[in-house]
Amino acid sequence: MHLLLTAAPASTSAISSYIPLIFVFILATFIGLDVIRNVSRLLHTPLMSLTNAISAIVIVGAILVAGLDSSADNHPLWINILGLVAICAASVNIVSGFLITDRMLKMFKTRDKKKNHES
Amino acid sequence: MNPEYRDLLIQCSYLAASVLFIFSLKWMNSPLTARRGVFSGVFAMLIGVGGTLLNPSVAVSQLPWIALAIMVGALIGVPLSLVPLTAVPQRTALSHAFGGLAAGLVGTAKYYLWIHEGGEMLTGFRTFAISAEVILGFLTFTGSLMATGKLQEILPGRPITYRGQLIVNFLTLGGAIACAVALVINPQWTFLFPILVILSLAFGVMLIVPIGGADMPTVIALLNSYAGLSAVAMGFVLDNKLLIIAGALDGSSGLILSIIMCKAMNRSFSNVLFGAFGTVSASAGSDAGGAVKSASPSEAAEIMEQADTVVIVPGYGMAVAQAQHRVRELYDQLTKRGINVKFAIHPVAGRMPGHMNVLLAEADIPYDDLIEMEEINPEMPQVDVVLVLGANDVVNPAAKNNPGSPIHGMPIIEADKARTVLAVKRSMKPGFAGIDNDLYTLDKTLMVFGDAKAVVGDMAKTLAGDSGMH
Repeated sequence: MHLLLTAAPASTSAISSYIPLIFVFILATFIGLDVIRNVSRLLHTPLMSLTNAISAIVIVGAILVAGLDSSADNHPLWINILGLVAICAASVNIVSGFLITDRMLKMFKTRDKKKNHES
Repeated sequence: MNPEYRDLLIQCSYLAASVLFIFSLKWMNSPLTARRGVFSGVFAMLIGVGGTLLNPSVAVSQLPWIALAIMVGALIGVPLSLVPLTAVPQRTALSHAFGGLAAGLVGTAKYYLWIHEGGEMLTGFRTFAISAEVILGFLTFTGSLMATGKLQEILPGRPITYRGQLIVNFLTLGGAIACAVALVINPQWTFLFPILVILSLAFGVMLIVPIGGADMPTVIALLNSYAGLSAVAMGFVLDNKLLIIAGALDGSSGLILSIIMCKAMNRSFSNVLFGAFGTVSASAGSDAGGAVKSASPSEAAEIMEQADTVVIVPGYGMAVAQAQHRVRELYDQLTKRGINVKFAIHPVAGRMPGHMNVLLAEADIPYDDLIEMEEINPEMPQVDVVLVLGANDVVNPAAKNNPGSPIHGMPIIEADKARTVLAVKRSMKPGFAGIDNDLYTLDKTLMVFGDAKAVVGDMAKTLAGDSGMH
């Protein structure tokens, strides 16, 4: 299993080393399709803001780019800056996505719950 | 820490985060467990970010900057989460733009980093993955910004078309893909990369220009999918399974939502993306210009008062007028009299999937009374009164009866089957698609003209005044 940035074989013939990743992608897509198909239609708007927050996991990639040691010899600083901007954009989605999803979900009540609430 | 243990810890954190993300979406299958899904998502995100910070390539000297960037993002994010629910479609589109931007920037940064390091890391496969990430990321960025502008009505919502538009669009996307292919074949041509970025940015704009307001639910869902796929591509670039899994979940979610939206309009993807719906000439509609009967809000209220069952069909008009709280008052007045009130929700009502459900939930209407189109249609012949509230095309019988109609074949809520139809509308102007609606000229239909919020408010007031007198 290759770790982040720990260099998969550099030769162009090493496509086979990506096969495990393709497996992961295919299986995750099938899980995704199945799980999403069962999401209540009532909740499609919150679902969208939730997946929006989840896809902000790209923050992981942004941190790895922004976290490169910029003091190293002739390391281009602007690469770190691109990473920081990306972190910022992804954090917007994480914070606003999760908060608004929860805010919307709190509003969904059944008739019984509503009556309890009123009485 | 021993590097081996540290690497194991990082991988385990990614594994845990992946599992939690899957549960997060799984718990969205019912409103009862959905909030648990949010907590699990937050937890997964924290674990994923925490694991990443353990990576030895993240320099300690950079941590303050990273923290600062996260804080700036959070400061922008909090107000964005507090928008009124009627503005949720544009907020969603805007956040797709942020997601696309982040992916595009990381791809660009990685590309130039590897060039800087001599290019050995840029294998053909990685160049391919980076190109996919950057194309998807940047086209999502500008496309979503355009969608936000249209939804926020900064930009004109009507589709903008010109001759040869399709050819120009295809050439732009084709050019970006050609750059990607050339870069894979000959990595020396690095000058192609900026061209690829510019073409992707341009294509995002051009993709949304010809799309009209009523197609936004599909387009937002599609952009959601692209944002997910760009995260997948980033996962391939960085050899990171967490990114691939989370991105695939997001991508499949967007895909399923767009398929549902397309089916609900009986249209294909390509038709939504390239069809420029809404420019269809109005003459394509039926020419049945029959007489229209109208009623005042209080007359309409009295009709509803006599009914046993009332079905309310909300549409974008309800959202625009922010009428959901007045609807709640009307709902209370009617249910107080023992009248059975249900809401019939068409999948594409509003400007994003599930838009109506959220607005009605905000107004405290119990979700057991929100009924999907397929379930309510068989009951329609037994319904005494249908109140059409700011909906138009989704109740147009031409979709079933008129093969010449541009919306023919689209599943509709069969309001015309009910005994009486009350339609609240600002004027007789045709709806978004520019198609006349035969429902309004039926014998059993009464039009109530006015702003949805004012009209429904008057209805509720009439009923409240009534009960006060008895």
